[in-house]
Amino acid sequence: MKATIARAGFLSTVQDLGRTSLRQFGVSLGGALDAHALRVANLLVGNNESDAALEITFGGLQLRFSDERIVAWGGGEFAVRVGSTHLPAGHSVFIERGEKLEIDRPKTGCRLWLAISGGIDAPLVLGSRSTDLRANFGGFNGRPFRDGDELPLGTNSERAKILISKLRGEKIARWKPPHEWSSPTRPEPVLRVVRGADWDRFNDVTIQRFTNQRFTVSPDSDRMGVRFEAPELQRSRTADLVSEPVAPGTVQVPPSGQPILLLGDCQTIGGYPKIAHMITVDFPAAAQLRAGDCVRFREVSLADAHRLLIERERNLQQFRRGLQAHFS
Amino acid sequence: MQITPLGDSALIVRVCEDFEGSPDKALNAVLAAQRRLENAALPGAMDLAPAYTTIALFFDPVHAIQAGAPIENVFDWFAQKIREILNSVYPVADNGQAVKSVPGERSIAIPVCYELELGFDLDEVAAHTKMSVQEVIDLHCSARYRVSCVGFTPGFPFLSGLPDKLATPRRSIPRKEIPAGSVAIGGRQTGIYSTKSPGGWNVIGRTPLRLFDPKKNPPAVLRAGDRVRFRAITREEFERAGK
Repeated sequence: MKATIARAGFLSTVQDLGRTSLRQFGVSLGGALDAHALRVANLLVGNNESDAALEITFGGLQLRFSDERIVAWGGGEFAVRVGSTHLPAGHSVFIERGEKLEIDRPKTGCRLWLAISGGIDAPLVLGSRSTDLRANFGGFNGRPFRDGDELPLGTNSERAKILISKLRGEKIARWKPPHEWSSPTRPEPVLRVVRGADWDRFNDVTIQRFTNQRFTVSPDSDRMGVRFEAPELQRSRTADLVSEPVAPGTVQVPPSGQPILLLGDCQTIGGYPKIAHMITVDFPAAAQLRAGDCVRFREVSLADAHRLLIERERNLQQFRRGLQAHFS
Repeated sequence: MQITPLGDSALIVRVCEDFEGSPDKALNAVLAAQRRLENAALPGAMDLAPAYTTIALFFDPVHAIQAGAPIENVFDWFAQKIREILNSVYPVADNGQAVKSVPGERSIAIPVCYELELGFDLDEVAAHTKMSVQEVIDLHCSARYRVSCVGFTPGFPFLSGLPDKLATPRRSIPRKEIPAGSVAIGGRQTGIYSTKSPGGWNVIGRTPLRLFDPKKNPPAVLRAGDRVRFRAITREEFERAGK
């Protein structure tokens, strides 16, 4: 009922869908930076889609299993292996007792979500098993994994047991979700945004620049936000604003003029002007951004954002129904 | 009352225009709006976050659309419902008449040890404000404060009510690590570092109280609207309370 972290790698934590209703106490949403990838990986191993899984940044992780499990992963372009067997993204895979799973550094992208049947049995803290790295609580003792940590796992669900019996021979399932769900990394992605409350505080030239030019990801990006190096966005008025709520997806512009795209671990309030907000369906692409990557921003309407989200949700429902055939 | 989108899954209600002019009135209006929106339990609503003059409503658009929101206009659907809720019976921000008394308003005393070792910027605040260290401490303890907002780190209270004489600009270079419990002055606000974190405010003391504890629910000692005062304690009391 456990897995041993033989090597912890660069930054690996326990994450689920985060803490959704404690913002009045300053508690960040947190959770998997690509919540959709986590949901899909969980469904593939017979878990509830909100179960806790591993978020692994820049690979380097080795994990040894003490019993039979189904695993599935999605995210950047990683080489994931068990012995000499290559584990493709988006497929349910049978893991035997004692086997070691190894994840190398990614070719592109930077994060992956690895779901294990039974889920990670970390304690619920404030309604979630996610690791809050800013305040050091939740997940595995409120911190990233270290070499030798023993990761408690939950019990395999009935669905997982059926998958185990089915995949014992062929090891890797043949079915998989749409490619972009398990491999969302794209070269020079276009991140779609809706206007922020302070859009009109920026002059036309700046708005042109924001929606036409390429922005380069800076090395000091983390789970709180993606920082961009250039080009600078000039604010027409420089006075600081009274702090207001911000959210993952908010693109804010500090006095330096170098925009920050907030991610899951962002603060609950902020005082910088909000030029725009990335739409929900583009979090998978944003969660893969690493230093030196380039992105563009493109404005869409709120109705477009909601249409895209509903479409993805319908596809996920359909995928979930399709999976049922494999669980019986 | 202005309502603007905060992305595709949240919106901001601007309950009042100005905070500095009358913080108490602004806060009362925001908290009254929060209570009404909580009670209304709008379909798909997930969280409410108040801050100074605004309140954010976080929602799940998929849930809202399933509950009848038109896909072409989820935002307007919410905005209209919010206006109905906040304008019903009497407006939230009618010069404070209707929101004079805030039910359940709490008053909390925070013990603070103001010693140079714990309040390592006391000398600088004294120099900037042209007061003695003791005068700074006395003035900080004599004032009455109110939590305008909780954020920055979990449980960090931003307090209004700092005497003008104590206002001290933030440090030009923030510290990499400030201990949990540090009581500090940043510009015209005072606050308490609820967890160990980086920060640029001037630290003048430390409380042994644990302002944020994830094992408790609610996890934070203070919330927006609470009345706060500081009580000076000795180093011995600080050490005893910390055990």
